[in-house]
Amino acid sequence: MSFLEILYFMAPVSIAYAAPLIFTALGGVFSERSGVVNIGLEGLMVMGAFIGIVFNLFFYDTFGNWTPWIALIAAMVVSAVFSLLHAVASITFRADQVVSGVAINMLGLAVALFLTKMIFDKGQTDFVKKAIPNFNIPGLDQIPVIGPMLFKGVYGSSILAIVAAIVAWYVIFKTPFGLRLRAVGEHPMAADTMGIHVNRIRYIAVVISGALAGIGGAIYSQTMTRDFGHATINGQGFMALAAMIFGKWHPIGAMGAAIFFGFAQALTVVGPSIPFIKEIPTGYLHALPYVLTVLALAGFIGKATGPKAGGKPYIKGSR
Amino acid sequence: MSNRMINILVPVISVILGLLVGAIVMAVSGYDPILGYTALWNGIFGDSYAIGETIRQITPYILAGLAVAFAFRTGLFNIGVEGQLIVGWFAAVYVGAAFDLPKVIHLPLSILAGAAAGALWAFLPGLLKAKMKIHEVIVTIMMNYIALHVVNALIKTWSGGGDKTERILDSASLRSDFLASLTDYSRLHYGIIIALMMVVLMWFLLEKTTMGFELKSVGFNENASEYGGMKIGKNIILAMVISGAFAGLAGAMEGLGTFGNMYTRGGFTGIGFDGIAVALLGANTPLGVIFGAVLFGSLKYGALNMPNAAQIPEEIVQIVIALVIFFVACGYAIRLLLSKISKKKEAK
Repeated sequence: MSFLEILYFMAPVSIAYAAPLIFTALGGVFSERSGVVNIGLEGLMVMGAFIGIVFNLFFYDTFGNWTPWIALIAAMVVSAVFSLLHAVASITFRADQVVSGVAINMLGLAVALFLTKMIFDKGQTDFVKKAIPNFNIPGLDQIPVIGPMLFKGVYGSSILAIVAAIVAWYVIFKTPFGLRLRAVGEHPMAADTMGIHVNRIRYIAVVISGALAGIGGAIYSQTMTRDFGHATINGQGFMALAAMIFGKWHPIGAMGAAIFFGFAQALTVVGPSIPFIKEIPTGYLHALPYVLTVLALAGFIGKATGPKAGGKPYIKGSR
Repeated sequence: MSNRMINILVPVISVILGLLVGAIVMAVSGYDPILGYTALWNGIFGDSYAIGETIRQITPYILAGLAVAFAFRTGLFNIGVEGQLIVGWFAAVYVGAAFDLPKVIHLPLSILAGAAAGALWAFLPGLLKAKMKIHEVIVTIMMNYIALHVVNALIKTWSGGGDKTERILDSASLRSDFLASLTDYSRLHYGIIIALMMVVLMWFLLEKTTMGFELKSVGFNENASEYGGMKIGKNIILAMVISGAFAGLAGAMEGLGTFGNMYTRGGFTGIGFDGIAVALLGANTPLGVIFGAVLFGSLKYGALNMPNAAQIPEEIVQIVIALVIFFVACGYAIRLLLSKISKKKEAK
């Protein structure tokens, strides 16, 4: 297989794997920019993946070909509501945000599996009839080299993800809301003095992160696995968290990092049919994305420091 | 109400709230909560076999709880107990099966191999934290997945493509005919004694040694400790390594005591993550960890009886455990409520 053929093979798979990571990492950016550490992204993604599949299964007859897209909205809403738990605990009740996030992760998986067993009477759901479709973009896919790499077999969700990253950048850096969001995450007391409702902004940010992680989860389950079980999400949320840190809490940076991690995951899928890489036993290949993440954190980004007020509840009047 | 009283009441109230919400979830889902909790109770205490198995389940929970609690006390969040447990399990089984030695040497060596593997797995996050200030949470999470996949691959290589390792030799086994016969031939093994010894060891390390003082001090305030002449990096790495060794021991208990071998896994054991719950409920104290482990270990084992006896998915217990962590984390709200109640009483 020539190098170019490998690229044609790898690029679409990488982008497909990156889409859920982009959405979830963007969610992380919103939450952490406001000063709320959200390690619960994994659990929120699990919830999204579960709701996406269940909605798809039950409403296929009603909505037909539009089902996967409406399922994304359903997953978004449910995960947003679910993330309120994290918001209440870490903002109003001043809980340790990492601990509350861990609870969200455990709760998300447990509730999803509990409901799966209740509804389907087995450990995983049925397969959906209609997954998120991929298509060739007419015209653009005829461009030499770039065409087959970027515009053949594109999932609509991948385009959505890239659009979402740009919108997130605009919202965080170009709108009054974004300015407030960042102010609250850096110096909540100063923001409070200027009349910004610190906790209200943080609530909104956490709910946005839940909504985006829900979409991410539903995209993953409706493109990659097409059913839901205990191992469906298996670390995607944590990888999105790493992408957010790798991207230094910037939407576009997070998108770039997510594409890198998508590539690493594509290697594990496509790897066995590529020369050199197929020599590596699959078990080690599965560990590769995580090894790359550690290496990336250790080697390439230099010092990563999040928003100043990250992880600390804002208590009025205390210094 | 005294501070000490409140400190004890917060976890107790959290557990009660967790069980209550669990009951509500069951009721809303159309199950009978009383039937469910009866099945849970019988699963834990039903007969001597169940009690033996429950104690067996508590063993790794104590060690996983110690691992998380030790790290917490030194200002670190070791979320990688799961991965350290998996490599510890594998290392213990490997040494237990690959060497042929007299029991007095073989068993301690296998146990130490587990602890050493866990320590090694925690060393890297410690090193990255100490030298490059990379947050240990994210690195340990990644190390969990690396452990899972690498150990699966190692088992495949070792067994020539199979999905389980060889069995350990009798000279490396923690199995105890005496404890088994006492509990109607459950898989209860000597590991519980090791776990309790480790509880004492953690207390001694933290409260009675200079090393423990330094570790705690660095966790409280890095700058002040550095000013006091302590080496920050060394202490962070040491704390992670000790925590990892506890986690590796938990794996060794599973490998040498409960199972006697290791299978390839599709997902995590969950013991490492439940260890977080154990440590939190026990307020990160050695004695508290025992209580946390007894509670969650019992719940976890008893839950296995629920699908059969009450047709309720066992995941309900995982929901309860998650809720308990959630409520403990919200301790501020419970404290606020308690102080309001006690103030009202005083006013009367």
